Amino acid sequence: MFDLEMTEDQKLIHDTVASFAKAEIRPLARDCDETGVIPAELADKGFELGLIHSAIPEDQGGYGETRSAVTGAIVAEELGWGDLSIALHLLAPRLLVYPLIDAGTPEQRAQNLPAFAKAFHAGTAAVVEPRFDFDTTRFATTATAKDGGFVLNGAKCFVPLAQESETILVLAQLADAPAAFLVPRGAAGVTVGEREQNMGIKALATYEVALENVQVPGSARVGSDAASLERMVNQSRVALGALALGMSRAAYDYARDYAKERKAFGVAIAQKQAIAFILAEMAIEIDATRLLLWEAAWMLDQGKDATRECVLAKRYASNAALKITDNAVQVLGGHGYVRDHPVEMWLRNARGFTSFEGMAIV
Amino acid sequence: MIDFELSPNIQGSRQMIHMLAEQVMRPISREFDEREHEKPTEFLNTMWSLSAGTSFGNDRDSEKTAAPSTGPKESNLASCVSIEELSWGDAGLYLTIPNAGLGGAAVLAAGTPEQKQRFLNPFKSGEPKWGAMAITEPHCGSDSAALQTTAVRDGDHWVLNGTKIYCTSGLMAAEKSDGFVVVWATVDKSAGRSGIKSFVVPAHTPGMKVIKVENKLGIRASDTAMIVFEDCRIALDNILGSPDVKASTEGFKGAMATFDATRPLVAASALGIGRAALDFAREALERAGITIRYGAAASTLTAIERDFMEIESDLHAARLLTWRAAWMMDRGKRNNLEASMAKAKAGLAVTRVTQKAVEFLGPLGFSRKLLLEKWMRDAKINDIFEGTQQINMLVVARRILGYSSKELS
Repeated sequence: MFDLEMTEDQKLIHDTVASFAKAEIRPLARDCDETGVIPAELADKGFELGLIHSAIPEDQGGYGETRSAVTGAIVAEELGWGDLSIALHLLAPRLLVYPLIDAGTPEQRAQNLPAFAKAFHAGTAAVVEPRFDFDTTRFATTATAKDGGFVLNGAKCFVPLAQESETILVLAQLADAPAAFLVPRGAAGVTVGEREQNMGIKALATYEVALENVQVPGSARVGSDAASLERMVNQSRVALGALALGMSRAAYDYARDYAKERKAFGVAIAQKQAIAFILAEMAIEIDATRLLLWEAAWMLDQGKDATRECVLAKRYASNAALKITDNAVQVLGGHGYVRDHPVEMWLRNARGFTSFEGMAIV
Repeated sequence: MIDFELSPNIQGSRQMIHMLAEQVMRPISREFDEREHEKPTEFLNTMWSLSAGTSFGNDRDSEKTAAPSTGPKESNLASCVSIEELSWGDAGLYLTIPNAGLGGAAVLAAGTPEQKQRFLNPFKSGEPKWGAMAITEPHCGSDSAALQTTAVRDGDHWVLNGTKIYCTSGLMAAEKSDGFVVVWATVDKSAGRSGIKSFVVPAHTPGMKVIKVENKLGIRASDTAMIVFEDCRIALDNILGSPDVKASTEGFKGAMATFDATRPLVAASALGIGRAALDFAREALERAGITIRYGAAASTLTAIERDFMEIESDLHAARLLTWRAAWMMDRGKRNNLEASMAKAKAGLAVTRVTQKAVEFLGPLGFSRKLLLEKWMRDAKINDIFEGTQQINMLVVARRILGYSSKELS
């Protein structure tokens, strides 16, 4: 039966993450953007929320909780409201952890997961490739079967935390289908490049990763069916969409409060329809985005085929984020353009959403 | 718990209504677009016999739901789903369906229990009847507080004088059935909004006369009437709610509260037209070998695929906003903000969706051989009536900013 009420558990999780975002993330967001550094203590505090280990099976030291894409979207929205870079940093270990929980062998889990259950531990996946026609259904990075193992070749970019991660989950094309492989960062032929300099999401450390005849054993392959990979990509679409939604809401909140304070011609600028309608449209699009994302997430939780809904919700969220953050800058006018206010940062961050589908499998 | 699955009851009635829309409405859709002002008599009788006693497709009254329901109320959501299907069939014909309509919604929103019985019970039996609502006047539409129709007490009667326009099903309600028209009028012009009340004028009351039926861009099957009230006398207890003119805007607010119930229903009609166009365009494109590849890389998408995905998600976003507003109403939550959000979004979305669908089909889309051009014409009214897009944006803006109508006008 149609219902939009969160469960008591979801409300509790929502409130906990929302207050963390407000008290811990937001105050550091600008500094992190300027310095490019996210303090380790913040990552530790974020870890304590259970963002990573709650889903890790109990025999590997986690709580073994069932994951819900809907709850995940609720959490991601709040983290995204706090700050996108910090949110992605906190969630990055999921890039490795979740595929292992979903599709890993008992050996792969036993070997990798316990470290992630103890404390914040860098983990990542190499998904995006530096080309304009990047396609999550057809990677240019190749995997070739050889002597019972695989040989990987190609170039990846936007790989978060690659420098600190011991293991990178590499997505590559194996014959006609995408496949995932556990690759030690120190393996012969793996080169983690210089830290990338990006327009937005600057606090998140991302790297290019080159793979040149990298040999991995047969046991390095994670999962073997295309359906599980499709599902991971869909989960990432919803999660990225929810992060974008959180950022949209941050920009809207900020612009709304500013417009009620700022006076022009004797009244608050929010009392002028030209501004009020911009804010009204933001509010409508934010709610619309959330409903689309929740529905797509709900379909994933139901085990339904949700590719269309996930694609549409993610596109909608990305486009809305760009428009809403742009309008937030516009509402603040010149004040929106200077770095004393956060809205210019949100606009820079928003641009990324249309560029990196599949970056995060969270 | 967050759940997007419609209940089996709603799914069942949706299927049934969809069949009806496909088999009964679509075949006569073009005919009654061309023959404006002619009554689709057979269709009206069919719908009346299907709906009498069940308030079918217009299920605003929980007392009238046939099956004893278990679990939370969902009649508003059910109405939205039904109306989407009927409007998928034909939005103009949907509006002609005999029922208490917007007039009934006003009675439900502002009437006493006795008034609900008295005015709505006749809709359960007998000959087909219509209810209508008359708010707009020649000089004022969105600014309904400026209306000039007067109601003056004279002994045991109210005497109404004024002119109303754009009254949906006004002809059927006022003269062609034993229905009624709910008329907004002021009992005290100096009192401003506090003076505005709504009155039930039974059909055939002397002094009420339809003087014009509009020629329109779309929804041509539906009559849109201009009604003149000239010393029109009605019983004292035909005023909805309290007759007191206090220093409050209770009456006006009560009347405005009607919109919280009706805006999601109008949004639902918009969704039906939009889906008709979207379904048709998708099938036509598929026949031409163009399928929408949802998971494809952005760089490989064609312009049609991008446009299609955009209008499809826009329309679905409007649907979810609409369902939310109805769901809140069902749960007894105040939905003034959400109802306006849904209406603003749906009116705009259906306008864009249908215009895009015409574009997809090229010269065929422009031709009256297909229904696409009709849907585009029908769509536009949803961006206008029951509060224009701009008025709904204004409502949203006031609510999110915490401004009164004085602070943000």
